[in-house]
Amino acid sequence: MAPQYLTVQTLTKYIKRKFDADPYLADIYVKGEISNFKRHTSGHMYFTLKDERARILAVMFSSANRFLKFNPENGMKVLVRASVSVYEAGGSYQLYVKGMQPDGIGALYLAYEQLKDKLEKEGLFAKEKKRPIPAYPKVVGVVTSPTGAAVRDIITTIRRRFPVVKIILHPALVQGENAAPSIVKAIEEANRLGKADVLIVGRGGGSIEELWAFNEEMTARAIAASTIPVISAVGHETDFTIADFAADLRAPTPTAAAELAVPHIDEVREKILNMQARLLRSVREKVRHESSRLAYLERSPALKNPYRLIRQQMEQADRLAESLHREAGRLIGAAGEQCRNLYERLLRNRPEQKLLQARRDFISLHGNLVKQMQAVLREKQHRFGKNISALEALSPLKVMERGYSLAMAEDETIIKKTSQVKKGDTIQVVLTDGGLLCTVDEIRRRRENG
Amino acid sequence: MAESLTFEEAMAQLEDIVRKLEEGDVPLEEAISIYKQGMELSKLLHGKLKNVEEQLTKVMSEDGEEKDFEIKEEE
Repeated sequence: MAPQYLTVQTLTKYIKRKFDADPYLADIYVKGEISNFKRHTSGHMYFTLKDERARILAVMFSSANRFLKFNPENGMKVLVRASVSVYEAGGSYQLYVKGMQPDGIGALYLAYEQLKDKLEKEGLFAKEKKRPIPAYPKVVGVVTSPTGAAVRDIITTIRRRFPVVKIILHPALVQGENAAPSIVKAIEEANRLGKADVLIVGRGGGSIEELWAFNEEMTARAIAASTIPVISAVGHETDFTIADFAADLRAPTPTAAAELAVPHIDEVREKILNMQARLLRSVREKVRHESSRLAYLERSPALKNPYRLIRQQMEQADRLAESLHREAGRLIGAAGEQCRNLYERLLRNRPEQKLLQARRDFISLHGNLVKQMQAVLREKQHRFGKNISALEALSPLKVMERGYSLAMAEDETIIKKTSQVKKGDTIQVVLTDGGLLCTVDEIRRRRENG
Repeated sequence: MAESLTFEEAMAQLEDIVRKLEEGDVPLEEAISIYKQGMELSKLLHGKLKNVEEQLTKVMSEDGEEKDFEIKEEE
């Protein structure tokens, strides 16, 4: 009987069926070390899983490896959940990996370390990127679950400490698969709204799995990208999350975050009162200081005894006067000396001849003047005498000496005609040595010729 | 005094004024005028703190509206 030849393909299919039919191989757990690790551009991962004595090819498709919390590397010991089947084209059997986590340390821990490393190198946690938390916020944004202890702690703490602040809660899932996108969305929403001065992002404590959303890259990036300063508030004191590193300020608990977000109103009041007191004190001190300065000045000897002010000047004036005298004396002495010199020189050059001649001239001129003057005077006297005689000859007194008299009416007009008087008038007859009062007894008119 | 000052700005100005006055080399007239300013500021700050018109906690709803929020216990 001639042997029946199978095609390679048929045989391979047969073998593959054997693998696939085995219930054990459909879902097995294997541990080993990764080698020949290669990530294809399609996102699928190809590697060999090996131990000291054996090796097996492995593939982890992108549909499965996108849930990995860490990056597989050569030499890494891993725990793998997979099925075994045959890759017909390669003629090889291999592990089809469904899940993988690091052996030894926890997968989450490794993922945490790797992400922290990566973001740190990127500078996402850099100190200079930290925004300052405002001292007196008006609005506090809170990103957390609307139920549970965290939100209650935050709100009651803020209300108790600083009741003037407004709280806006942005509800978010804080646990489970959809937590990270939900937190990211809430942070972005708070930024879009732009009302909050500070943002608290957090949740209460829990296991590393429960806190995982705060260790995810997208959460860290959203916190770092927030324009509103972020206070992270995750867990109970001990664990740091990636979100804590990305936040501007880390609070160990939600209550602590609320305390960091707002001051205590009593402290603020006290601070203001204290500043008021300091204001008052310093302005009083200023006034006191100025008035004591004023008092000091008022008491100063200069104002109290102004004479003392001028005493110096007086002394100086005296001294100046003294030196003035001295100087003047010196100058006068010099001038006197010069004067004497000049006088002596003058004496030496006395114009005596000229003086004598002038005197002689003067005497002769003077004589002439007197003679002339006497001649003029004599002539004037002579003419004066002649005029006097003529005048005497014409004087009415002279006429009266010759026997004539004057008759005057009562009004002292001289009577020249008979018509000037009436019978009975009193007339005065003036003689050389006196007068006669006469009454007119009769008027005898002379006939006028013609 | 501008009402538009934020609490933080008013506080910072008050601190400045106190420091300036305490340094002491301000002329008397200026000292008195900035003292008055400081007192105004502290009045303003006190006023802002008194202004507790029961600031309720608001919660942002899905459609972006603010609603009053009351704490519920998780149960």
